[in-house]
Amino acid sequence: MNESIYKQHILEHAQHPHNKAEMEHPTVSLPAKNASCGDSYIVYLDIEDGAIKEATFSGVGCAISQAAASMLTDKLSNLSLEDARAITKEDIFELLGIELSINRQKCALLVWNGFQQALEQYENA
Amino acid sequence: MKPQDIRKDFPQYKADATMAYLDTAATSLTPKPVLEMVNEYYQVYRASVHRGTYESAERATEAYENARASIAAFIGANTDEVVFTAGATASANMLVYALEHSIDWKPGDEIVTSVMEHHAMLLPLQQLAKRKKLVLKYAQLTKDFALDVEDLTELITDRTKIVSVMVASNVTGRINEISSTSLRRRSDVEGPILIRDATAAVGHMPIDVHELDADFIFFSGHKMCGPTGVGILYGKREWLERLEPGCVGGGMVEDVHEKHAEWTEVPGKFEAGTQNIAGVLGLAAATKYLDALGPAAVHVHAQELVTYAEKELAAIDGVTVLAAPAEHNVGIVSFTVEGVHSHDVAGIAGKNSVAVRAGHHCALPLHKALGIESTTRASFYIYNTMSDVDALVASVKEAKELFKV
Repeated sequence: MNESIYKQHILEHAQHPHNKAEMEHPTVSLPAKNASCGDSYIVYLDIEDGAIKEATFSGVGCAISQAAASMLTDKLSNLSLEDARAITKEDIFELLGIELSINRQKCALLVWNGFQQALEQYENA
Repeated sequence: MKPQDIRKDFPQYKADATMAYLDTAATSLTPKPVLEMVNEYYQVYRASVHRGTYESAERATEAYENARASIAAFIGANTDEVVFTAGATASANMLVYALEHSIDWKPGDEIVTSVMEHHAMLLPLQQLAKRKKLVLKYAQLTKDFALDVEDLTELITDRTKIVSVMVASNVTGRINEISSTSLRRRSDVEGPILIRDATAAVGHMPIDVHELDADFIFFSGHKMCGPTGVGILYGKREWLERLEPGCVGGGMVEDVHEKHAEWTEVPGKFEAGTQNIAGVLGLAAATKYLDALGPAAVHVHAQELVTYAEKELAAIDGVTVLAAPAEHNVGIVSFTVEGVHSHDVAGIAGKNSVAVRAGHHCALPLHKALGIESTTRASFYIYNTMSDVDALVASVKEAKELFKV
């Protein structure tokens, strides 16, 4: 790792995350945890008419997982369920705009994983 | 101890001379004699043990059994009380499986352990408790991260069948200075089975199985200069004889019939299949290497680094040190930095070639008992210097600056 992953925009999102709030009446909500590094989040979705009205998250984690959660929830709001499901790992890496080692990729994808599972659960319900 | 000289024995310092490797509690670096021993086996006399009748097979068998003898001597055990396993986790799982099938369990029987245990022992016990409807009880800690002995002894009743307490914590470094008598308080003749997870302790401080006086003790080789994938399960001879094997297959039988089989003698009855022969030989080389340095001197060196690290880290605003005082510490200092997640502290340290670990360190109940999400952990060994501590402290300060806390 030659270049720092702690770029200004990452730190900005990590320390002042967007959409970090518990949702009182979510359509669907799930925990997203990484037991080995101590990240523990809950993701919330408010879904209406086949689209995400609002996506939020709560919990604790490292700067990379926080920043990814902040950026992803920005992107998810007002997205159709289909478009939300179509967001890939690579999209998250692109969103973050930093080179991540294999161990830190898990941090970046933790909340994305949580939202994908929440969407799946909603579709199967 | 002269860590600068010791580093010459560790080729990894050639690959990266600037690294401050402070993650021995996860896995240690490997000294040359261990690498040479592993290589020698693979290059000169690789053969299966206990089977062949040709020269290399004889030599491999002799080396394998000599390795058992020197590892046994390193912990003060009798040679036939040492079983080779794939590591501490394999030892613990195998032991619990064997106990499950060798003892008459009744629903409501109890297991007493502590909140500081590593998942390697805790989870097999938890699963056993579920399967057999046993009660799993946890002793709490005192303020300075020691096991609360009073709490523990109160938990032990006439229904307690197992007491399992680690020798030293892999998070706080705390050495549990507790006598086997306190751990076996039960009044009846047999008393509970005493298990000690010695993974964080062996090779880091003098360990004598007779002093510990436990029925079973286990540890991994890879946190004490040995190769990965090899470990030890020590058991008192009468217990090893009584236990059903936790793993069956080739090489551990006297005779096999269509519907039953007869096990060979201990310790062979616990070593089914072809073992990690190179690993075993490497581990024996590690014990010889550490013996030459002296386990007591190894411990003193780590304690000096703990003293310095605890002082320097505690002096940083917002840092909370979660480690036992040096005199009770095996060589591990965990800490939190207010406003910076442990993974970010470790990430910034990593960028500066300071190897530390972040997270729960496979001890979730401990972190929950301490009321914290995660910690950054620095662990000290024979090759570490005061400069390594300085590099860690500089990284913590850099993290604070970066996160503006």
